[in-house]
Amino acid sequence: MNKLMIEHADIDTELIPILDQVSDPEIPVLTILDMGVVRYAKLVDNEVMIKLTPTYSGCPAMDVISDDVKAAFEKAGYKVSIDLVLTPAWTTDWISEEGRDALEKYGIAPPLEADADKDALLGNKRIVKCTNCGSQNTKLVSQFGSTACKALFQCEDCQEPFDYFKCLK
Amino acid sequence: MNNNLYKYILGIADNSLILGQRMGELTGHGPSLETDIACTNISLDLFGQVRSYYQYAAKIAGDGRTEDDIAMLRKEREYVNVLLVEQPNTDFAHTMARQFLFDVYHLLFLQELEKSKDLNLSAIAKKSIKEVSYHQRFSSDWIKRLGDGTEESHQKMQDAIDDLWTYTDELFHQTEADKAMVKEGIGVDVTKLKDNYYQIVNSVLEESTLSIPKSKYFQKGGKQGIHTEHLGYLLSDLQYMQRTYPNMEW
Ligand SMILES: [Zn+2]
Repeated sequence: MNKLMIEHADIDTELIPILDQVSDPEIPVLTILDMGVVRYAKLVDNEVMIKLTPTYSGCPAMDVISDDVKAAFEKAGYKVSIDLVLTPAWTTDWISEEGRDALEKYGIAPPLEADADKDALLGNKRIVKCTNCGSQNTKLVSQFGSTACKALFQCEDCQEPFDYFKCLK
Repeated sequence: MNNNLYKYILGIADNSLILGQRMGELTGHGPSLETDIACTNISLDLFGQVRSYYQYAAKIAGDGRTEDDIAMLRKEREYVNVLLVEQPNTDFAHTMARQFLFDVYHLLFLQELEKSKDLNLSAIAKKSIKEVSYHQRFSSDWIKRLGDGTEESHQKMQDAIDDLWTYTDELFHQTEADKAMVKEGIGVDVTKLKDNYYQIVNSVLEESTLSIPKSKYFQKGGKQGIHTEHLGYLLSDLQYMQRTYPNMEW
């Protein structure tokens, strides 16, 4: 379990193993803890209170995640109530180091820092690393990828197309 | 129920719902796979934002209606979106021009709404700003590419801007609900966004070698529920399932 996640969210340690079973349905290698969408998880009078935050407003994965969290806790014998919160707004900074590694291995380049991200998405600089061969000789194909959180890139060395997880701050 | 607040939220949400539906119409019909996906993504962002607004509106209405009822089951005259967003996807130049002319306004509006005393609206605005900055980047980019592109693309973009220009002024008209909400520190004074809006729009047009329309004649009415003929057709698509199979869920 990553320390980063614990710092920006309020989560009871005993609940972590259960939360850790739930992943993003669209990026199955990424658990919701690594994703940073769990803002709060506490056991209060035998009921688990959870607060989740969406990555993007229209993210269709949110409903599935919410159902999966509910199912995981019920299976573990807990009563659970889940709230969706909008503030503070989710940022890609909340993706853990483990999460970033998992993304890259899965073929999605992890988000760059805000300034670099802007350069990359405007096509000004070739800085997004190819997830296949590691080359930085990559070009922006589209600012919008297969889901709201991603942009589409292509490697000019190995020619492989790949997704880039857009920086959100 | 705070009637002014309810109306105020609908004013914001209806713009995004109708524009989201327009962009959604391009699903499978975009000029290239990438732009098709981009338009669908923009649509999805807008629908996501709209859900938060309508959920809040439903809570305020407190009459048992859900977010879906408010979004899907009103009549044409009860929608209070601006005329700009209901204009059809005539060609890709019109689609991008409409998006751009709205995005510039939308971002300026949300940056002010973020300061609202109403914490729900402020939270939705904060979340949406990030998404709408991407929209504006995308649409501005297309204004430049087509405007400063070939002779034909330039002409098409110029025509689109000329056609849609007449709908821009309405963005800055205040409704009664607007005025009441501004007074309470909840709403945004849209009249104050106008100068900044045209400054940004004009500078992108200039950079794109497009000329700024000179016409001083502007259309209005959407905010009062008086729409162009296009909205009815859009709503018949949008509401088809709920009207044909009332209360259906999926
Ligand atoms: Zn490569």
